[in-house]
Amino acid sequence: MFEQFRRVANFYFLIIFLVQLIIDTPTSPITSGMPLCFVITVTAIKQVEVDSIHATIECEQPQPDLYKFVGRINVYMDNEPVARPLGSENLLLRGATLKNTEYIYAVAIYTGMETKMALNYQTKTQKRSAVEKSMNAYLVVYLCILISKALINTVLKYAWQADPNRDEPWYNDRTEPERQRHIVIRAFTDFLAFMVLFNYIIPVSMYVTVEMQKFLGSYFIMWDDEMFDEEMGERAVVNTSDLNEELGQVEYVFTDKTGTLTENNMEFIECCVDGHVYVPDIICNGQVMPGATSMDMIDTSPGPGAREHEELFFRALCLCHTVQVKEEETVDGIKHGIHQGKSTSFYISSSPDEVALVEGMKRLGFTYLRLKDSHMEILNREDEIERFQLLEVLTFDSVRRRMSVIVRSSTGELYLFCKGADSAIFPRVVSGKVEQIKARVEHNAVEGLRTLCVAYRPLSPAQYQEVCHLLNGAKLALQDRDKRLAEAYDVIEKDLILLGATAVEDRLQEKAADTIESLHKAGMKVWVLTGDKMETAAATCYASKLFRRNTQILELTTKRTEEQSLHDVLFDLSRTVLRQIGGMTRDSFSGLSGDCTDYGLIIDGATLSAVMRPAQEDSNSGNYKEIFLEICRNCSAVLCCRMAPLQKAQIVKLIKASKEHPITLAIGDGANDVSMILEAHVGIGIMGKEGRQAVRNSDYAIPKFKHLKKMLLVHGHYYYIRISELVQYFFYKNVCFIFPQFLYQFFCGFSQQPLYDTAYLTLYNISFTSLPILLYSLIEQHIHMDILRKDPSLYRDIAKNSLLRWPIFIYWTVLGVYDAVVMFFGVYFLFDNTTFTSNGQMFGNWTFGTLVFTVLVFTVTFKLALDTHYWTWINHFVIWGSLVFFLVFSLLWGGIIWPFLNYQRMYYVFMQMLSSGPAWLSIILLIAASLLPDVLKKVQMYAGFGYVPTLMDNADKLYKGQLSEFTPMASLHAPSKAGRHRRGSGNQRNAPNPRRSAPFHKKLMFTRWRRTPDYRTFAPLLAFADGSRHSKQGRAYGGTGPGTSV
Amino acid sequence: MVKEEQESANRPDNTAFTQQRLPAWQPILSAGIIIPGFVIIGLTFIGIGVALFVTSKSIQDMEIDYTGVETDSDCYKCTNTDEKNCVCRLDFNIPTLIEGPVFFYYGLSNYFQNYRRYGVSKDDTQLSGDLDNFKTPSDDCSPYETDDTFVLYQNLNGSNQEVPFDGKGIAWWTDYNVKYRNPDVTPLKDAFEGTVKPPFWSKPAYELDPTDPNNNGFINQDFLVWMRRAALPDFRKLYRRISQDDYARGLPAGNYTLQIGYNYPVMSFKGKKKVVFSNVSWMGGRNEFLGIAYLVIGSWCIVMSIVMLIVYAKFKFPEED
Repeated sequence: MFEQFRRVANFYFLIIFLVQLIIDTPTSPITSGMPLCFVITVTAIKQVEVDSIHATIECEQPQPDLYKFVGRINVYMDNEPVARPLGSENLLLRGATLKNTEYIYAVAIYTGMETKMALNYQTKTQKRSAVEKSMNAYLVVYLCILISKALINTVLKYAWQADPNRDEPWYNDRTEPERQRHIVIRAFTDFLAFMVLFNYIIPVSMYVTVEMQKFLGSYFIMWDDEMFDEEMGERAVVNTSDLNEELGQVEYVFTDKTGTLTENNMEFIECCVDGHVYVPDIICNGQVMPGATSMDMIDTSPGPGAREHEELFFRALCLCHTVQVKEEETVDGIKHGIHQGKSTSFYISSSPDEVALVEGMKRLGFTYLRLKDSHMEILNREDEIERFQLLEVLTFDSVRRRMSVIVRSSTGELYLFCKGADSAIFPRVVSGKVEQIKARVEHNAVEGLRTLCVAYRPLSPAQYQEVCHLLNGAKLALQDRDKRLAEAYDVIEKDLILLGATAVEDRLQEKAADTIESLHKAGMKVWVLTGDKMETAAATCYASKLFRRNTQILELTTKRTEEQSLHDVLFDLSRTVLRQIGGMTRDSFSGLSGDCTDYGLIIDGATLSAVMRPAQEDSNSGNYKEIFLEICRNCSAVLCCRMAPLQKAQIVKLIKASKEHPITLAIGDGANDVSMILEAHVGIGIMGKEGRQAVRNSDYAIPKFKHLKKMLLVHGHYYYIRISELVQYFFYKNVCFIFPQFLYQFFCGFSQQPLYDTAYLTLYNISFTSLPILLYSLIEQHIHMDILRKDPSLYRDIAKNSLLRWPIFIYWTVLGVYDAVVMFFGVYFLFDNTTFTSNGQMFGNWTFGTLVFTVLVFTVTFKLALDTHYWTWINHFVIWGSLVFFLVFSLLWGGIIWPFLNYQRMYYVFMQMLSSGPAWLSIILLIAASLLPDVLKKVQMYAGFGYVPTLMDNADKLYKGQLSEFTPMASLHAPSKAGRHRRGSGNQRNAPNPRRSAPFHKKLMFTRWRRTPDYRTFAPLLAFADGSRHSKQGRAYGGTGPGTSV
Repeated sequence: MVKEEQESANRPDNTAFTQQRLPAWQPILSAGIIIPGFVIIGLTFIGIGVALFVTSKSIQDMEIDYTGVETDSDCYKCTNTDEKNCVCRLDFNIPTLIEGPVFFYYGLSNYFQNYRRYGVSKDDTQLSGDLDNFKTPSDDCSPYETDDTFVLYQNLNGSNQEVPFDGKGIAWWTDYNVKYRNPDVTPLKDAFEGTVKPPFWSKPAYELDPTDPNNNGFINQDFLVWMRRAALPDFRKLYRRISQDDYARGLPAGNYTLQIGYNYPVMSFKGKKKVVFSNVSWMGGRNEFLGIAYLVIGSWCIVMSIVMLIVYAKFKFPEED
């Protein structure tokens, strides 16, 4: 839809330019066509000759995924080709550095536009904000207005000219060729001429200004010192400036758990082998015996089998990972380092869990030393070095949720060690103490710990040969390599023997709970999407205040669906939710919104895919999505656990497509969040420990989750206010500008006579009125930053694109038309058949236009000044400066006979006008008359301006002076809506939680406000706009006062 | 150490501007400002309005139509376009003295001088005295000046005394002295050789004013007045001033005869022609609009401030209980 509008806009500009015969092409829309080139799939094979080693490389066609590469190298040894697989680990991307070796052989496979960087640059899909969508809707409206204006004038012209005397008065007859032209052609020419005359009503410069505003405005996000993280030395990054205002519109927040809500700073807590729990001592002195801190579950006399399992378990954890050891000569990393002689080394891995596990093993006595010549070396408790030959690594992926290694011990035995999520391991286990370990895993998960299970499988040489064969076949495949590898892994990782489980703690990020609470108060629904176990995730959710103690948890999990059919569960839940909502409305009407429960939903990946499954032939399954959405809508928090990355994106997509089309935001730090970051309206990356893939694919990136609060509540709010004013103001000022010209046609025989001089027509949008609004849209702050942050409910005021609704748009347009009528007819009556100089001389049509134009420039500039709540010296400079510029320009333009002009119609017009007293008086009068309705509206919007000082007094005491900069906008919104919400939601949420006392004060304050609705009858327009909002929210928050029934 | 340096390099500048904390004035429209503000503005506007209205009322303005639509009118005969150099008379009475200086205007209605094609039908380079453009003016060049002439007589004891007209300074000073220039050729007649006299002009351009050589060609004041295009289809243009001799104090009451050289047909487009006697004040000619508009806006402000005061009083005081 949007692209269509975009093209309409482009097309329109093109036509206008063509009609004006100015050969100047606007920006072309071909950019959207470019990605098509890459849609064509990877089929053809490219051949590259490698010179120094005689080999050929076969690889896939260039594709944008940075982390995918499939290829094969055929090395010719004695003319005998030996095929080796090439994967993404063989591909060096830009910025790679060479380590541990002097040189490598390398071949450039993709160059120029085929590089992954170039492909990614172009294929990134453009996201469009809701504001831009409204803008385009408005544009279409204005286009219709323009066309109808031109049509009306054309029709009227010919109706008017039906009288032959008017058609061609002798003083104004046509030339011969004109007379011979067909009437249709003449009418069409006239239509086009009117179009050109009125085309300024479409604010071409708006697009330029909006782009500039977004680009320059995004710097304030990057510059924000409060979003700078000292620890990491990172500041916020803006990848797209297109979505600044969308940050103020977010309704759903989808957040990853690990690394986003939590630190992703793992600490090994315990492990459990066959039911024996081992807790490493914090003070690690080389050797710590498990018995010292052993738990009650430990069998005092472990049998020989158990002993063997224990050894195997520790070795498995030391071997089954992809951790690298980095050795440093300095004595820096004491914390991470292992002391081995002089040199200190520490572990690096893409997964913090693995580092935690390997470090945990070290504390339990088994130290992983290094990988040398494909042998892994382990220092065991007896200070002996054990060497295992690493044969295969079955790498981790988030779908399988496990990884394996195949090693050969020094004694020649072959083992497959596998570690992974419990759900990925248990189904593949054939023996081991499954029950005890499962119990322990669940216990740990409830504590909020991340659990992993470890299992092994001894392999016979014959089995190993088979495994090798399978793997090589898959790895060498050029097509469907991933799929074939997955199949191979599936075959290999089976018949496992369970060894034990580990538990790793991931602490919550600083202020995560506070941030989530603020988001909730701001009316956003927060969903946590995680791959973790339900219990782990739920514990985190409680810790981060996503779920509160009074939150009623609804479960939609495999456990439940095993008992009942999915159908029944869904209907049960929806009934529970809806009943409560109905009850709540009644409650709140009676004024006692006492024990309103808010709901939290927990759903797991398997159930979700069942819900999402497309409709089958059996009865109601098609409705599952709807019911599910209905339940979700009524839950303030949703936790989705056991999610695959693609499912995260699916969820986002599902919500995006639901009937309210809410604005979604996805935030995450890892590669598994990329799909959801790309899918959501706004994607935010956290600069975490799992690489920068999320950051690279995001629209904005922030160092920590807590920065989201300022990002949304302050920056988002500001940008939304700013850009909506920008858009509305632009349309307004162009109506004011062009409508008098339209009216003038009625008095000049529909002859397309312009009212204003060409210089004024051209410069109006470019220089006389452009800078003040641009500056406004960059630095306006209608409410002080600290208040926005302290009172998240202010965010609700701008929810649902509330400042760009049709009633408000119509208000602005009507105001524009009114101003235009005042300006035009004011001057018209002033000119009515009389002179207004004291020397009796008459003024002509250019004086008429100049007078209208002068009033116009002053009026629109003052209108903006009235809307400005934050006057810095720059505002003063730009607003008054642009008026002064207009005056100086006009004096110059009319003061000199410009040699390059072929007409001198403006010569001395402006000065002559200023020499007349009534002209001055009428300028003042018309400006005042134009601004009067808007001033009155503002006064009414303060709805009982008498309250402003009252509020200020209270607020000063409450906020210890911080509210002294409380601006009227805030006070306007706060009582009428936010106050009401707060009363409702404040009671629900805060009453059982007496620790938060601040809202209580505010409640007191706002009960005083509830009388204000009586005023609203004075402002029907505004009340109308508000009313629509109220009715929308009425269901959730009820009609708490008589005022809502406007 | 190296790490710390990197951090500070990446750290954003902590200035008031980048942190959006520039000191700012945040105006609040409170009742204490709005109500007195409205009262002051309202009173000022009413004051100005009254002054304007009274001034406007004191200005005399007399309009006489001479189109000749009615058959009993003397000018009826001239409406026939075949009649060349038609002269007609118009008798009228001035009941009270019109105080001087009196301005004599001619007026046209339903005449679209602001028609776009009319507007572009002139050649500025020609008019500023460029000889090259004389015979090849820009394509659509056809300024049709009205060429009616007027002589005013006062009937005194049966004899007609001509009222002296002053035709100087009726056009803008800049138009006369800067914008329009005659070509630098003497006699002026040579410059116009080979050009055609515009239709309905009784005299060629270089002979418009035989009495004053500096009032001919493109700098003829009547021509300049005409060339300043009227903004609206009903307009008047200054013809002469009456400020000399016996009439310096104005036009005394009595009977007058206006002798009209009727050269300009308007019947075809249902136009009207008229003459106007008017005096001016500091605010120009008679125009009640400005005064009334000021009064309306001013009283509206007062009314609004009263409404606001009531609202304020009604809702503020019970709140204090």
